[in-house]
Amino acid sequence: MMKDITYSKWQLWSLVILRVAIGWHFLYEGVVKLMNPNWSSLGYMMDSKGLFEGLFHSIAGNPALLNVMDFVNMWGLILIGAGLIVGLFTRVAAISGIILLAFYYFSHPAIIGVSYAMPTEGSYLWVNKNLIELLTLWVVILFPTWKSIGMDRFLFNKK
Amino acid sequence: MNRRDVIKGLATVPVLGAMAYGTWRKTRQDHIRNHKLAKELNMSSESIEYTPFKHDGDTLRIGIIGFGIRGTQLMKAAGFAPPKQVQGWKDDAAKDSSNARYSDFLEQEDLNIRITGVCDLFDVHAEDGLAAAANIGREGSNGKMGPEAKRYRNYRDMLASDDIDAVIIASPDHWHAQMTIDAAKAGKHVYAEKGFSLTMEENYTIRDAVKSSGIVYQLGHQGRQTESYIKAKEAIEKGLIGKINLIEVCTNRNSPNGAWVYDIHPDANEQTVDWTQFEEPCEVKHPWSPERFFRWRCWWDYGTGLSGDLLTHEFDAINQILGMGIPSSASASGGVYFYKDKSKGHYVNEIREVPDVWNAVLEYPDMDFSILYSASLASNHSRGKTIMGHDGSMEMGNSLTIYADRQSTRYKDKIESGLIDPEIPIYTYIPGRKNVDSVATATEQYFAARGLLYTYRGGRRVDTTHLHIAEWLQSIRESTQPSCNIDQAFQEGIAAAMGIKAQRENRTIFWDKDTEQIVEG
Repeated sequence: MMKDITYSKWQLWSLVILRVAIGWHFLYEGVVKLMNPNWSSLGYMMDSKGLFEGLFHSIAGNPALLNVMDFVNMWGLILIGAGLIVGLFTRVAAISGIILLAFYYFSHPAIIGVSYAMPTEGSYLWVNKNLIELLTLWVVILFPTWKSIGMDRFLFNKK
Repeated sequence: MNRRDVIKGLATVPVLGAMAYGTWRKTRQDHIRNHKLAKELNMSSESIEYTPFKHDGDTLRIGIIGFGIRGTQLMKAAGFAPPKQVQGWKDDAAKDSSNARYSDFLEQEDLNIRITGVCDLFDVHAEDGLAAAANIGREGSNGKMGPEAKRYRNYRDMLASDDIDAVIIASPDHWHAQMTIDAAKAGKHVYAEKGFSLTMEENYTIRDAVKSSGIVYQLGHQGRQTESYIKAKEAIEKGLIGKINLIEVCTNRNSPNGAWVYDIHPDANEQTVDWTQFEEPCEVKHPWSPERFFRWRCWWDYGTGLSGDLLTHEFDAINQILGMGIPSSASASGGVYFYKDKSKGHYVNEIREVPDVWNAVLEYPDMDFSILYSASLASNHSRGKTIMGHDGSMEMGNSLTIYADRQSTRYKDKIESGLIDPEIPIYTYIPGRKNVDSVATATEQYFAARGLLYTYRGGRRVDTTHLHIAEWLQSIRESTQPSCNIDQAFQEGIAAAMGIKAQRENRTIFWDKDTEQIVEG
């Protein structure tokens, strides 16, 4: 459906830079966790508030499940980030990124009347950076760039 | 595929290289910094290995004296709880899967003991104690029970019994001395709750009785089992905070229970409570008073107030790190400032004697520092434990944090070169963390300080009271001295008694360490 859209050079490269920047953020967050043997999402999950806090607390309370979630989160971040940067399986990476960000958003929603142990660097009401990144990834999906700039080019343009 | 295709396909791949380079640079810089800092601090990098206490050998037969609030907690820590209480935890866990009380209790190690005797002056508590003692399988309601323990109406009969090897004393403070002395004379090992004693004189008589009998005595300061204190000791020995000059410790609570204004049991009356025996050690006898029976901590006839009850926990925490012993002088003041309004349920008939706001200063001129204790039972604003030195300060809790002092001599060069930032901890110890020598991230510190980290995995998920009892039992089996032995207890007892005396007599109390006596200043 997007085949018919033609971007100007500026449009194309701006979208690529946006995609790569988001990928960078994901990948670095994943790498940092990978390199820190003490990293665990336990504290983050325990700090959850709002509608889904019970769900996140119960994950935190189950060591086996918590280990699985830590693994999925860490490698999810790395693979999504790398995918967005090099443009490989980009659509899958972007959709997965949206799902992951939705988890972050709903575990720590910026709703009225809650505050978190985790300090934030800004002030948020309903809209926070997780939500903005999520919406931005949605734009990245709607304006695909990977078929021109990215390794998906080799997969999609074979014929 | 042409060259143009390849370039476009791989155009963004160099970004990965940039990240790899950036990550390498950053990691290297952090590593060098940490390495330099670690070299400067010279703290041992191994985490504290938890060697489980041994429970093999003979099954020890234990008697519990006092099955009130603390007695119930101690029995739970020893592995015994009334079925109705276990059922409550079970039900809570069924409703909320993150409630780990039930599973924690089931997972708690079996200490290889039996509860063969229960003594309590209130029938309801005694029955609960018997139910706990028989609950060897940690069952809920309708579970299979083990053999019944014997109920004793007077602890002296328990001490005379052949099927008791050791006793846990969780009676009110005014009974601690007599019970411990009698137990020692009967050759029964003792785990006793704090306060150690009620009066100054009792400190000596308890010590003499325990020492001459050779029993294994452990005072109930479960803080002895806090693993971060071991690191705190090492940090101080290695001079990380320099010359210590001031130590600040505190207690903060803000509820009727925390202020010892406990519920009065509706079934308590002169038929169900042996009031005469309760009052036995008192010089002046009082008429039956359910208020005094349940809220005994509020009167000097039975309790030791904030000094014996709560200052002692803080004192013992610092004493195990610094080994400062008995202060050369103590002054103290305070008052009943909050719990004095009958219309708000602060009391029933008799206003409390024991202060709800209380402060003490303990002086150690030989060691060049003061210990400042302040407590409120009507505010939760806790200030933690802080040890202040010329080169840095140390905040102690479950985790340990050390900051360099901006005007430090030791760290002067490092602060100037930027290696040390006085705003950022130079050392953090979080129990259960895998490698203790790396600097904890800000997020980790944030969560650890709020008790959100390593509650469920990594660090020990056990109750310190359980460990403290386990240590006592191991000492009995191996004929060794436990950590909070009679000498430690004596120091705590004298310090607490000095605090009480100072406040009640409104004067500074002096101690002569050579004669081991209170002297005129």
